[in-house]
Amino acid sequence: MRRIRRAEEMIVERYPEEEIRCPTHLSIGQEAVAAGVCLALRPGDTAVSTHRCHAHYLAKGGDLRAMFAELYGRATGCCGGKGGSMHLTAPEVGMLGASAIVAGSIPLAVGCALAATLTGSDEVAVAFFGDAAAEQGVTHESLGLAALRRLPVLFVCENNLYATHSPLRARQVSEDIAPRAAAYRMPGVIVDGTDAVAVYRAARAAVARARKGGGPTLIEAKTYRWREHVGPNFDIALGYRSQAELSRWMERDPLEGVARRLLQAGVMEAAHRERIDAAVEAEVAQAVAFAKASPFPSAEQLCADVE
Amino acid sequence: MRQLKYREAIDEATRQAMAKDERIIVLGVGVDDAKGIFGTTRGAFERFGSARVFDTPLSEAALTGMCVGAGLRGLHPLLVHARNDFLLLTMDQIVNNAAKWRYMCGGKLRVPVTIRAIIGRGWGQAAQHSQSLQALFAHVPGLSVIMPATPADAKGLLMTALSTDGPVICLEHRWLYEKSGPVPEEPYQIPLGQAGLLREGSDVTIVAVSHMVLEAVQAAEALAADGIQAEIVDVRSLRPLDSATIVRSVAKTGRLVIADTGWKSFGVSAEIAARVGEELFGRLRAPIRRVALPEAPTPGSSALEQVYYPGPREIAAAARLCLEAAHPAALPERPAPARPRDFHGPF
Ligand SMILES: Cc1ncc(C[n+]2csc(CCOP(=O)(O)OP(=O)(O)O)c2C)c(N)n1
Repeated sequence: MRRIRRAEEMIVERYPEEEIRCPTHLSIGQEAVAAGVCLALRPGDTAVSTHRCHAHYLAKGGDLRAMFAELYGRATGCCGGKGGSMHLTAPEVGMLGASAIVAGSIPLAVGCALAATLTGSDEVAVAFFGDAAAEQGVTHESLGLAALRRLPVLFVCENNLYATHSPLRARQVSEDIAPRAAAYRMPGVIVDGTDAVAVYRAARAAVARARKGGGPTLIEAKTYRWREHVGPNFDIALGYRSQAELSRWMERDPLEGVARRLLQAGVMEAAHRERIDAAVEAEVAQAVAFAKASPFPSAEQLCADVE
Repeated sequence: MRQLKYREAIDEATRQAMAKDERIIVLGVGVDDAKGIFGTTRGAFERFGSARVFDTPLSEAALTGMCVGAGLRGLHPLLVHARNDFLLLTMDQIVNNAAKWRYMCGGKLRVPVTIRAIIGRGWGQAAQHSQSLQALFAHVPGLSVIMPATPADAKGLLMTALSTDGPVICLEHRWLYEKSGPVPEEPYQIPLGQAGLLREGSDVTIVAVSHMVLEAVQAAEALAADGIQAEIVDVRSLRPLDSATIVRSVAKTGRLVIADTGWKSFGVSAEIAARVGEELFGRLRAPIRRVALPEAPTPGSSALEQVYYPGPREIAAAARLCLEAAHPAALPERPAPARPRDFHGPF
């Protein structure tokens, strides 16, 4: 979580330099979901994501340097500079990519799960998506397909209450998304998306169930993005949400929540936390330096990997 | 050589490809039922069973995305649609995901997915069940689009598609299914992007797509009676498109008629005409003529269908126009070849 947070803060710091020339959708405030879910997975399990994919890529084990190189559009990026921030991919750790079309990648997770069952593997697939994806038809088709064939899929909805600037209540009649799972006879679980432990427990149960052939689960994590929809800034001035609301959620900082518990339980000491922070700091700085020092893709790359 | 019907050739290609490659699965609405998509998938179901050939819900978009995901994880799904019109529900998955996933991830992953879809025609299929949508797909880099016109090509091209690591869309014209032709028994492949030279001639080139190939053959026979030798190029594969064969033929004849099953504007015939114009400007002996659908959705009434679909008559007339540009009034009036009447539905 610290890596995710610090990497995204680094994007905030560097973005004004205009060397990261792609949109960046930050998940600051939402890190507990990616971290909690991916901790419940094995490396061979697969995940797909959305425009807001940095956290999922990193939590799944994606290389930090390759991520920054991708954001900087370099040949050393995780997509060779072809994808940018919205398509982060690391097949070697099961991160199979991300679609910038809302809900577009959800059926791909169903397909990964189908492949797993047909090849006799016990892999589990995860689809990360936002609350607006619940408004897309393909999401419901995907839930239906996965339920029908009892496929090992976790549908993980990060309900951060907003789609761009539209509040959930302007888009959906219910504030909860998980109950829709009932229509497909699969468990629909609501968790506190600022609590990494709660997310991990829910994901662990869903993964265990899926691995045993019990079929898919829809996990709705109630969470919040602190920054603007796209870009590095705060956007309270736009008026679509209030400072008071943001402040309330910031008090529930997922990182501090975990740190407090670990300190109280005596699992982690303050000095240990400082060491983690320092290591992350160095790693992120190195990743940026690596990205900046990397070459851009050559013009011949333009038409490579089409077909 | 042994004769097979087009639909039997597809069935055989599917079975032979599946026997060789256990990554292949077949799915789609009705693939395992008694009719098995006009007899093209039932054989695979009987041979390989429900683990590899299965019926699906009517969730075209999710199915397409599921096939992309399964392809990323080592399967090679063959998704079958009884109508190509249903692909419109899945354009997002085809265009945004299937065609681009490989590129977006810098070549790290590939999408081995084959999608078969059928173009209906006649019998009052009307506007939403008879569209010829190849131009939409052929427009997109990352997709391959094939339209076999003969049983032998159907088998060879489908076997290639099923062994290719990228997404291939195979569009089949319903009227071809019952047509017979020589088909080798052993497995074989026809490369994508290789047109077929169906008939040689020196006066005019007819480049035809899918069922229009059969109509072009009739037109060529009628033209031959007038001493006009038409050369027929069957494009077979729209993307990649074999420009070289087309250009070579037109360089020889100096005249080009393009016959497509789709609409004219912004369509396949426009693309072929543009490529020939780019290569052979100044060497054409007559303006390029295009035979394609009128700019209207398909009407339901059979009376209107009669005037909607061009056929041998229109192709022959277009060829004559090309020749008249060189020798005005040199040709005697002859009755037009008949429209084909050998399809009686129902679908
Ligand atoms: C099909 C589609 N429609 C619209 C958009 C534009 N768009 C990009 S992100 C977004 C909001 C998505 O909200 P949500 O799914 O809740 O995810 P979040 O951004 O909150 O993480 C919209 C409308 C899109 N990318 N895809």
